[in-house]
Amino acid sequence: MKKNVEYLYKKPESLTDETTIYCAGCGHGIIHRIMAEVIDELGIREKTIGIAPVGCAVLAYDYFNFDVTEAAHGRPPAVATGIKRSLPDRIVFTYQGDGDLAAIGTAEIIHAAARGENITVIFVNNGTYGMTKGQMAPTTLPGQRTTTTTKGRNTAVHGFPIRVCELLSTIDGTVYLERTKIDSVPDVIKTKRAIKKAFTYQMENKGFSLVEVLSNCPTNWKMPPSQSFEWIRTKMAEFFPPGVYKDAGAGK
Amino acid sequence: MKKVILSGCEASAEGAIRAGCSFYAGYPITPQNRFPEYMSDRMPESGGVFIQAESEVSAINMVFGAAAAGARAMTSSSSPGISLKQEGISYLAGCELPAVIVNMNRGGPGLGDVTPSQSDYFQSTRGGGHGDYRTITLAPWSVQEVYDLTYLSFDLADKYRNPVILLADGMLAQMLEPVELLAGKKRLPKKKWALTGCKGRMPNSIKSLFLTPGVLETHNWKLARKYHRISEREQIYNTYLCADMDMLVVSFGTCARIAFEAIRIAREKNIKAGLFRPVSLWPFPSEALKNMAEKVRKILVVEMNCGQMLDDVKIAVKNNSRIFFYGRPGGGVPTPEEILKEIKRI
Repeated sequence: MKKNVEYLYKKPESLTDETTIYCAGCGHGIIHRIMAEVIDELGIREKTIGIAPVGCAVLAYDYFNFDVTEAAHGRPPAVATGIKRSLPDRIVFTYQGDGDLAAIGTAEIIHAAARGENITVIFVNNGTYGMTKGQMAPTTLPGQRTTTTTKGRNTAVHGFPIRVCELLSTIDGTVYLERTKIDSVPDVIKTKRAIKKAFTYQMENKGFSLVEVLSNCPTNWKMPPSQSFEWIRTKMAEFFPPGVYKDAGAGK
Repeated sequence: MKKVILSGCEASAEGAIRAGCSFYAGYPITPQNRFPEYMSDRMPESGGVFIQAESEVSAINMVFGAAAAGARAMTSSSSPGISLKQEGISYLAGCELPAVIVNMNRGGPGLGDVTPSQSDYFQSTRGGGHGDYRTITLAPWSVQEVYDLTYLSFDLADKYRNPVILLADGMLAQMLEPVELLAGKKRLPKKKWALTGCKGRMPNSIKSLFLTPGVLETHNWKLARKYHRISEREQIYNTYLCADMDMLVVSFGTCARIAFEAIRIAREKNIKAGLFRPVSLWPFPSEALKNMAEKVRKILVVEMNCGQMLDDVKIAVKNNSRIFFYGRPGGGVPTPEEILKEIKRI
C-alpha cells in the first residue's frame, strides 16, 4: 500500500461494514451516510449515543459504528432524555420516521422540545409507514395513495397531514428547526450542513434541534427512485416547504 | 439508631436515593403524589435527575434511557399509570435493563378508585406487558420495609439486569411511620454493557429485536434460565406464630399486617393460627409455603382483591380442598375482626 495517501472519498468511520436492509434507491442510506460524515468531522464518534426508531431504520445499531439503543415506537425523545440527562457531556441523537415522531410519538417529541432537551433529532419524513408496507402516515399528502388510503388521502375522512417544523417552531424550548430534502446533490449537501449545525449546537449546549429531511420510499410509493425524487421536489416540497423554521442558536 | 417519621412514598424515595438511584421520572397520580414531590426536591439535592414527564409512557421510557446509560433509575405510579408503563417494562425486560418501578396499588379495573388495593398482583407477577418475561416483585407491609425493600430492589435489578417492581398500596404510600435509615451506597456495580460512548472499546448496542430465525427463541431461553436462577435464590418470606399453629393464614403487604392483628386476637381466644407472609411475590416462596402448609389442615388466604395470590397458594399447596379465601376487592380494606370471623368460620 502506498504511504501518505490522501483519501478524497471513503467510508466514514461512523458506519459499519454491515449491508443495510434498505430498498434500492431509499433515502435512509444517504441520510445515514451524511450523519456518519458529520459525526466523523466533528470528532464525536466515541461520545455519541444514538436512538434507533421502530420502522425501517430499526436496525440502525447495526449500521452505525458507535453506541446505539433501540426504543419503543415513538419513544426515542423520552429515551434520549433519560440518556442525555444521565450523561450530559455525551452527544445524543434520535433518528425517527414520520409515524414514530408525528403519530405515536407526538407527545414525546413535543414535550422533549418544550423541555428544551439538549439533543439532536433527525426526522425522516417520507410520508408513509415503510416497514409495514406503506400505510398512511401523519405526513401522507392529501390525495396520496397508500395501502390504507387506496383511493387517496381524503382529508374529510383521513384528516390532514402534520407539518412538524411549523408546529415545533411555536415552542419556546426549541433552538434550531430546519426542513431539507435529498432529491438532488445540492440538497443532500444542504441537508448535511443542517445536520452538522444541529450536532454543533448540541456540542455548544444550545438546546433542542430538529432537522426534518424530506425523503423517499420508492418501494411503497410504487415508483422508480428517479421518479420518487421528482415527487419530493414537486409534491412534498410544495406541502412541506424546505427552509429554516427557527435558528435561535446563532450567536447564543 | 435515630429514626425519622416518613410516609411510604417518602421512605421509598429516600431509600432509592440512598441506594444510589440518580434518575427519577414520574407523573402525578393519586395515591402516590408525594413521591414525585419528594423526588423533585431531593434528587437535585443529591446530584440526581428529577423529571416530571408528560405521561407515564414517557416516564418509563426516560427510565429506559437512563438505565441504558448505566444509571440506577426508577419511576413510581399507581395502578392505571402502571398499566401505561407496561410497554416500557416489557422493553426493559427484553433488553435486560435494570430499573425499579414502584406501584402504590389502588382499586381497579379502569379508573377504579384511589383507596388501597392488591388488585395488581397478577399484573406484577406474570410479566404485565407483552412477551415471555418476569419481573421481580417485592411486597412490603410497613413503611420501614418500603424503605428497606426499595434499597434492596436496586441491588436485585442490577444483579439480574431485570426490572424490579415494589408492590405496595395506597395505605403504605400515605401512612406515616418511624423509619431507620441505612447509610448511602458507596460503590455501585460497574456496567460494561451500558451506552456511555464507545471511547476505548467496541460500540455497545441495546436491543430486544432479534429477526434472524431462532435467535429470539435462544434469547427467551436465556431469559428463562435467568428467571429460574432468580426463582431459586431470591425467595423472601416471613412466618409468624407458626410453631404451634392449627391453621395457617397466608397474606401479603398491608393485608398481612391486618391479618397478623386478627391472629393476635385469635390467640387471646385460644385459636392457634399462624401467618405466612410472602415478601417476594415473584419469585413466590412455593416450597416454604408447601412445607408450612403440611403442618395444618386448613389454610386461609386473605387479599385485598378477588383472589389472585390464591392461585399461587393453590399451585404451591396442591390440595385445593384445604384452601379458603377471604377477599376485599375495589379498594376495600378488611378489619382484623372481619378476618377473625373468617378464621373462626373455617
